[in-house]
Amino acid sequence: MSLDLPLLWAMVIALAVFLYVVLDGFDLGVGILFPFARNPADRDTMMAAIAPYWDGNETWLVLGGGGLFAAFPGAYAVLMPAFYLPIVLMLLALILRGVAFEFRSHGRRSGKRGWTIAFAAGSLIAALAQGLVLGAFIQGVNVRNGVFVGGPLDWASPYCLLTALGLVAGYALLGAGWLMVKSSDALHGDARRWARIAAVVTALLLAVVSVATLTVHPYVAARWGWTGHGFDLGRLARLAIIPILGAAGLAVLARGLITGSHRWPFAGAAMLFVSGYLGLAASFAPYVAPYSLTFRDAANASSALVLLTGGLVVILPLVLGYVVFVYWIFRGKVSADAGYH
Amino acid sequence: MALDAQLLSRLQFAFTIAFHIIFPSFTIGLASFLAVLEAIWLVTKREAFQRLYLFWLKVFALSFGMGVVSGVVMSYEFGTNWSVFSRATAGVLGPLLAFEVLTAFFLEASFLGVMLFGWKKVGPGLHFAATCLVAFGTLISAFWIISANSWMQYPTGYGLDAAGRFVALDWWRAIFSPTFPDRLAHMVLAAYLSTALMVGAASAFALLKDPRQPESRIALRMAVGMCLVVAPLQLLVGDASGKAVERLQPAKLAAIEAFWDTRAGQPLHIVAWPDRSTAANRWELSIPKLGSLITAGDANATVKGLKDFAPADRPPVAVVFWAFRVMVGLGVTMIGLGVWGGWLWLRGGPERSRLFLRAATLMGPAGFVAVIAGWTTAEVGRQPWVVWGVMRTADAASPVTSGEVSASLIGFLVVYALVFTAGALYILRILAAGPTVAGTAPAAAVARAPGSALGAVPDEPS
Repeated sequence: MSLDLPLLWAMVIALAVFLYVVLDGFDLGVGILFPFARNPADRDTMMAAIAPYWDGNETWLVLGGGGLFAAFPGAYAVLMPAFYLPIVLMLLALILRGVAFEFRSHGRRSGKRGWTIAFAAGSLIAALAQGLVLGAFIQGVNVRNGVFVGGPLDWASPYCLLTALGLVAGYALLGAGWLMVKSSDALHGDARRWARIAAVVTALLLAVVSVATLTVHPYVAARWGWTGHGFDLGRLARLAIIPILGAAGLAVLARGLITGSHRWPFAGAAMLFVSGYLGLAASFAPYVAPYSLTFRDAANASSALVLLTGGLVVILPLVLGYVVFVYWIFRGKVSADAGYH
Repeated sequence: MALDAQLLSRLQFAFTIAFHIIFPSFTIGLASFLAVLEAIWLVTKREAFQRLYLFWLKVFALSFGMGVVSGVVMSYEFGTNWSVFSRATAGVLGPLLAFEVLTAFFLEASFLGVMLFGWKKVGPGLHFAATCLVAFGTLISAFWIISANSWMQYPTGYGLDAAGRFVALDWWRAIFSPTFPDRLAHMVLAAYLSTALMVGAASAFALLKDPRQPESRIALRMAVGMCLVVAPLQLLVGDASGKAVERLQPAKLAAIEAFWDTRAGQPLHIVAWPDRSTAANRWELSIPKLGSLITAGDANATVKGLKDFAPADRPPVAVVFWAFRVMVGLGVTMIGLGVWGGWLWLRGGPERSRLFLRAATLMGPAGFVAVIAGWTTAEVGRQPWVVWGVMRTADAASPVTSGEVSASLIGFLVVYALVFTAGALYILRILAAGPTVAGTAPAAAVARAPGSALGAVPDEPS
């Protein structure tokens, strides 16, 4: 039997996007929480808690985009023009926040303040833009003969606004969870407070998005067994593990916050993201450009997929290995002497 | 309307890629330079090399950050603005770009963190390994991106499927297309040369203030040595690359040299005013037969002129002609600078001539200008094709509106202007302060790493 390469690559891209969301999610989240820090020293510590990782985290986004181009060019060529404005907005925001890591420490008084604002605003706008793209993706894109034929503002809908807010809250939760792992003293206390607030807001928005998603497209409603008046319990039961996982994540998060654990809140938040991610993926699978191109329609020529897979098998384990290694090097609380002499 | 959006997309791509290429050119060279500095420091234990390492690491961190964020843009712009191109070429280019991410970007991004923040977390051996891995990553990245671009310059190893899309039939020939080896060498040497000029300029500037500054004396010698070897080598590699253009992309070569008529014994136009509307040069200053000698290796060789190609298949002539001359003119100047520096070195040290130090300071950005001019020659010279001879740029753009592209172009212009101004200011500040400040200040005051948010820099007012 031969390997199903389009299916394999659908899973690879899904993994890359998931790793991006959780990893860059926590460092974008720290940026979103930046304005709430008590003082500049705390902001310095917040930045030091993510500085060694952000570049690597963002590389998953490049793999998501580059991998989509390489494995599913049919989807890449449809989705990028469809989400043109939010994607450009995201890129511009990522530029401003990305350079702020370096620029902020080189700026003098007004320069440093400017890059502090750029970091916070860039993180927030990047998260909002990603949420808009997410919403627009779930809504579905208008495609005829493999070409995007929708309008430039299809993503400007209440549903997309809802997903954007949900993602911002979720990232803030991840950021707060990460800060609880990495910080101590007053900042740790602040992070716990932020995590509590973000957890409540995220849970509420996740619930609202879940319900709204059922109404956004009939395909999604059918997938979850929603008839318009009630659920087809047989269909719903097959996917029940997803909301159960979300509830478990919330429980882990809540228990971690109550018992004063430093690590469990982040783990719970990550579980919540797994649940939300799987829930959305279950809604639109097997489409990669909902609801017109499946991953098989959009897949690249098999000679390309064969070469890609060969490279992937050799390189991806290596990449995952040294990514974990680098995280391990910088384990533990971030201290005032995070730099070197 | 569609034409407007396409024109704007071309402007936007040219602007974002020209901005981006400055930083890889600098960081490819700097990463290797840093690896050499750290190696010498580890072997000799001379502190001057550690100070130089830490000094240039700060500049590297700033440049690398700007390279990363402007590079992320490129990987999405293929889809947002050139979706038809992306769909058609993904069968060949998709794996090349994906391999760049997998083999280079993760390596660079992960070990950059160790390089910048791992000084106290890991031992000197592992830290040096991280520096080498980052340097290696920058070279791998160059490999894949030049491979992809070279395939667009002269595609081989492919077929077209029923839908008219490119499908790779022979990966070896697709990855190692005929122009690739020369162009890769040309780009990597360009990066090393650009970096040597920047290092030389910063050191020369410091020596103008204090001719005895020890780190700058070392770095200036390293830069002069690099320039002395690489600048002439670059001329040879560039010449080989040009000969390949003559063979494989004759219309581009005709534009580079402003040849209109096909003839034996083409003259070399030193300067000219090419005019597409009359298909002739309005005026020219030429040396007889030298054009054929340089481009084809034989003074009597017949070299094609632009009139051999339909007007719709000719690249813009003036831009290509002049961009090429800017590149070559700067390259020759670099050879001169290297030779001058080498000669002064033999006579007691390049820092003894203030005139040389001033010239070296002025030449600091010359490498970047030459890189942009060279890429302009290559890319504008490829027009009107996006994939040479097969797919036209006019058929490659996304179905997006001119309103969307106008908005994004304005966004990029504003943000890049801001980022470039601030980045250049911060880099110049570091360079103006010189390597002594980076390394010899009291220990307590140097507790911050480049890229570290903690430390000695005064905070914003709370």
